[in-house]
Amino acid sequence: MTATAARLFEGADWDFSTLQRIHDACEEIARSELRLDTYPNQIEVITAEQMLDAYSSVGMPLFYKHWSFGKHFAHQETFYRKGLIGLAYEIVINSSPCISYLMEENTATMQTLVIAHAAFGHNHFFKNNYLFRQWTDAEGILDYLDFAKSYVAQCEERHGRQAVEQTLDAAHALMSHGIDRYPGKKKLDLRTEEKRAGERRAHEASAFNDLWRTVPTGPAKSTETLNIERRRKLLGVPQENLLYFLEKTAPRLQPWQRELLRIVRHIAQYFYPQSQTKVMNEGTATYVHYRIMNRLHEQGRISDGNFLEFLQSHTNVVFQPDFDDPRFSGFNPYALGFAMMQDIERIVTNPEDEDREWFPDIAGTGDVMAVLRNTWANYRDESFISQFLSPRLIRKLRMFHLHDDPEESAGIRVDAIHDERGYRRVRRELARQYDVGYIDPNIEVVDVDLAGDRRLMLRHAVVKGAQLNEVDAKRVLQHLADLWSYDVSLVEVDATDTVLKEHVVSPRRHAVAA
Amino acid sequence: MAMHIVDRRLNPGGKSLENRQRFLRRAKALVQGAVKQSSQDRDIKDVLEGGEVSIPLDGMNEPRFRREGGTRDMVLPGNKKFVEGDMLPRSGQGSGKSSGSGEGDGEDSFRFVLSRDEFVDMFLDDLELPDLAKRKLAEAESEGLRRAGYTTSGSPANISINRTVRLALARRVALRRPRADAIAQLEAEIADCDEARRIELTAEIDALKAKLRRIPFIDPIDIRYRRFETMPKPVAQAVMFCLMDVSGSMSEHMKDLAKRFYMLLYVFLTRRYRHVEIVFIRHTDRAEEVDEQTFFHGPASGGTLVSSALMAMHEIVASRYRPADWNIYAAQASDGDNSGSDGAAVSQLLTEMILPVSQFFAYLEVGEAGGNTFDMSDSSLWTLYQRLRAEGAPLSMRKVRERSEIFPVFHDLFQRRGKQEKVAS
Repeated sequence: MTATAARLFEGADWDFSTLQRIHDACEEIARSELRLDTYPNQIEVITAEQMLDAYSSVGMPLFYKHWSFGKHFAHQETFYRKGLIGLAYEIVINSSPCISYLMEENTATMQTLVIAHAAFGHNHFFKNNYLFRQWTDAEGILDYLDFAKSYVAQCEERHGRQAVEQTLDAAHALMSHGIDRYPGKKKLDLRTEEKRAGERRAHEASAFNDLWRTVPTGPAKSTETLNIERRRKLLGVPQENLLYFLEKTAPRLQPWQRELLRIVRHIAQYFYPQSQTKVMNEGTATYVHYRIMNRLHEQGRISDGNFLEFLQSHTNVVFQPDFDDPRFSGFNPYALGFAMMQDIERIVTNPEDEDREWFPDIAGTGDVMAVLRNTWANYRDESFISQFLSPRLIRKLRMFHLHDDPEESAGIRVDAIHDERGYRRVRRELARQYDVGYIDPNIEVVDVDLAGDRRLMLRHAVVKGAQLNEVDAKRVLQHLADLWSYDVSLVEVDATDTVLKEHVVSPRRHAVAA
Repeated sequence: MAMHIVDRRLNPGGKSLENRQRFLRRAKALVQGAVKQSSQDRDIKDVLEGGEVSIPLDGMNEPRFRREGGTRDMVLPGNKKFVEGDMLPRSGQGSGKSSGSGEGDGEDSFRFVLSRDEFVDMFLDDLELPDLAKRKLAEAESEGLRRAGYTTSGSPANISINRTVRLALARRVALRRPRADAIAQLEAEIADCDEARRIELTAEIDALKAKLRRIPFIDPIDIRYRRFETMPKPVAQAVMFCLMDVSGSMSEHMKDLAKRFYMLLYVFLTRRYRHVEIVFIRHTDRAEEVDEQTFFHGPASGGTLVSSALMAMHEIVASRYRPADWNIYAAQASDGDNSGSDGAAVSQLLTEMILPVSQFFAYLEVGEAGGNTFDMSDSSLWTLYQRLRAEGAPLSMRKVRERSEIFPVFHDLFQRRGKQEKVAS
C-alpha cells in the first residue's frame, strides 16, 4: 500500500467540506480510471423523516398529493419505528443534475460508499443505458413533476377534491398498463409536454363558444357503414396502453381528467426503465462503488479501519441467501448484478477455455471497462442475463430450475440444474423472470361496441394458465368502467383462443366521468 | 464538474402531512371505529397519548391486475442435492418457497400510529356540546365589530387615508387640475421670452392658478371612512365546575372514576373553546374551593351536604363568571349519599340558581368496582335528581362503577343530537 495521498477523513464524523473532498476523490477515479460519463451531481443531506417522506412518494422530491402516499408513509413509519426495517442509505433520482439523498446519520465511510454508488454508479447508468435514454427525460422530470403537482392542486380547487381523487385512484389502478412498451413513439420531452398542456388549456379557453353546443348535428352516420377494420383503426385498437386509450377515446371524460390520466401515464413511463434494469442498475452501482472504494484504500485515502467498515456494509448488501434459507426472498439484485459484473471482469481479463467457448467476443480482450460500459449502455436485465450469465456463475450460485405444474400431482419437478445439460435452460428461465413482457399480464383493448351499448372490450392473453386474481381484477375494472362510463368486459383467453373467463363491470352511478 | 451540496435537514418537516390527512379523512369511519375499540380498555392518559391502531383495508386498497395460479417456473440459488428430474413434494421441506402465495396477501389489515391530536380528534369527532339549559341565554351573546366596506360619514378616527387619497387623485385627474410642475415650467419660460409671449403666458398662468384654486387637492366628497358593523360574537370561553363529595364514604376508586370523567370533559371543552377555566369545589358538610391536588388527594372527612357545594358554585359564578360572558359547565360526582334534610335546599338551588345559568349539568354517580351498575339501588341524591328531571330540569345523570364505563358514558352524554335523542338512564 502506498500511502501517498492524505486521508479523506478520520473516524466517522463528516461535514460538508468532507463530502466535497470525498466527491472529488471519487470523481477523479470515476473519470480517469473507470471513464464514467455522468450528469452533474447534486448531493442533498436529509433526515430519517425526510427519507421516509421520499419513500412514500416513490422516491421523488416533489409529487402531487394523494391519500395513497399518506397510507404508505404511515405504513413505513410504523415498521421503521418498530425497527422492522432499516432505511436505505440513499435514494438517487434520474434527473439532471442527478440528485442523491444521503442520510444524515451515515458515517463518513458510508457517505463515501453512497457517493461512489449513487452519484457515480447509478448516475452513469441513468445517463448511458439505452432504455433511460429512450424513455426518460432527465432534464425535464423535476419541472414536469412540479407542473403535475400544481396542476393537480388547481384541479382540486376547481373541480373538488373528491372528483380529482376518484380520477387519480382510477388512473393509479391502471398505472402499470399506462406504458408504451415499444419504441417508435417520440421520446418523452417533459418540458414541451408541460408547455403543451398550458397551450391546450389556453386554446380551449379562447376557442370556447357556447353557440356550437346549440348547432344541430344532423342524423348520425349509420355505424354499420363503418366496417370493423375501419372502426378498429379509428379507435386505435388493439391498444395495450389502457391509460392512453382512455385519455384519447373515453367518451365522457372532462379535459382536466384526460390531463390527469396523461400525467399518471407519463410518470409510469418515466419509471418503466427502472423496473426493467434492477439487476443491472444495482450491479453497476455496486461494481462502481467497489472499485472506487478499493482504489481509495490503495491510495491510502481511507484508513484500514474505515475500509473494514465498508467491507462489512458491502458484504451485507451483496448477501444472497439460499432458497431454503428463511431470509430468502428471491434473487437479491445487488448480489446477482455485482456477481455478474465481477464475472465479466474475470472473463475479460482471465478467461478459461469454457469462457472462450461461451463468450468468444469478450473473453480475454483485456479492457474490462470498455466491455462493461458497452454492456451497461446496451442491455436490460433480461437480455443481460440471457447473454452474460456464465456457466461458472451458475455453478457458483448453484442455480436450479423448478417447474411447478398444478396438474402434476407428484410434485414440483427439478427441470435443470447447474450441469452441462442445464446451463442454457437455467439461463433462459432466469432471464425470463426479468422479462417485463412476461411479468406483467398482457391486457389490451380490442374493441368497442359502437353499434350497441358502447361496451369497452378487453382481452387478457393468458400465459401458462395464470389468470387474473378475481377480486383485484374486478376492482381495477370498476375503476376502468368509471372512467369509460359504460360497461367494460374483460375476457381471459388462452393460446388456443378459448375463453377461460369473462368479467363484466358496469360504471358506478356517481362515476368519475360526468 | 461542479457539484452542489444541499442541506435539506432544516427544511420544514411534515411534507407528507397533507397526504396523511387525506388518508385519515378517507379512512375516517374505519379509524374512528378502531379508536373507540382501543379506547375501551385504556387509561385516559394513554388514550390521550394516541398510539397504534389497526384498520381493515376496505376501500383503502390499491388494486392492480395481477396473475395467480397456472404453471410456474422459477430459478433459485443454493441447490444442495437435487438432480435433474427429481420430483419435490409440494409445500414440503426444501421447496416451501415454490408454493408461496401471490404477492399482496397479508395486507388485508393495516396498522399505523396515530398522534395524540389525531387520536383525540377522532375520539371526540362525533360528539357535540349540548345546549340544554341555556337556550335563552344563547341569544344574549356579546357583540363584536366587523369591517364592512366604506362610508361617506363617520368619525375622524376611522378615516381611510388610502381610499380618500385614491378618490382625490381620480377626481383631480378627471377634472384636469393643473399640475404644479406645469405652472412652474410656464413661469420658467416667462423669464426669457418677448413681451407678447409674456402677456400670453401670464394670462395662461393666471388661468391655471385660478383653476388650481377652484379644484382643491382634497375635497370633502373624497373623504371615506371605514365602516364597521356589529355582529354577534360567540362566547369563546368556558368555565368548568368540578363538584365532588369527599366525605368518608368516597373511596379512592370512586375519586379515580370522577377524575377520569373530569379529564375527558376538560379535553372535550378545550377542543371547543379557546379558553377554559376549571373550578374545583369539594364538599363534605361544607364546601370549599380548592386546587386540583387537594381536590383529588387532600384528606377530608365529615358529613354530606350537597347544597353546600351548590351554594359555593352559585357564589363563585356570581362573583367571577358572569353568565353572559362565560359558558358554564358543571359536573358533579358523588356516591349518592346526602343528608335527608338537604333535599329541599338542593332542589331549590339547582332549579333556581344553577341550572338557569349552566350550559350543561351532569351528575355522575360513582360506585365500587365489581358490582353491576343496574343493581345499584337508587341513592337519595339519585332519587332526588330523578324527580327533578321528571319535572323538566335539564340534568344529565349516569351511574359508573368501572373505569371501562367512563368512555361509553361520556360518549353517550355528548352524542351528536339527531343520532339519538338523549334519554334518561
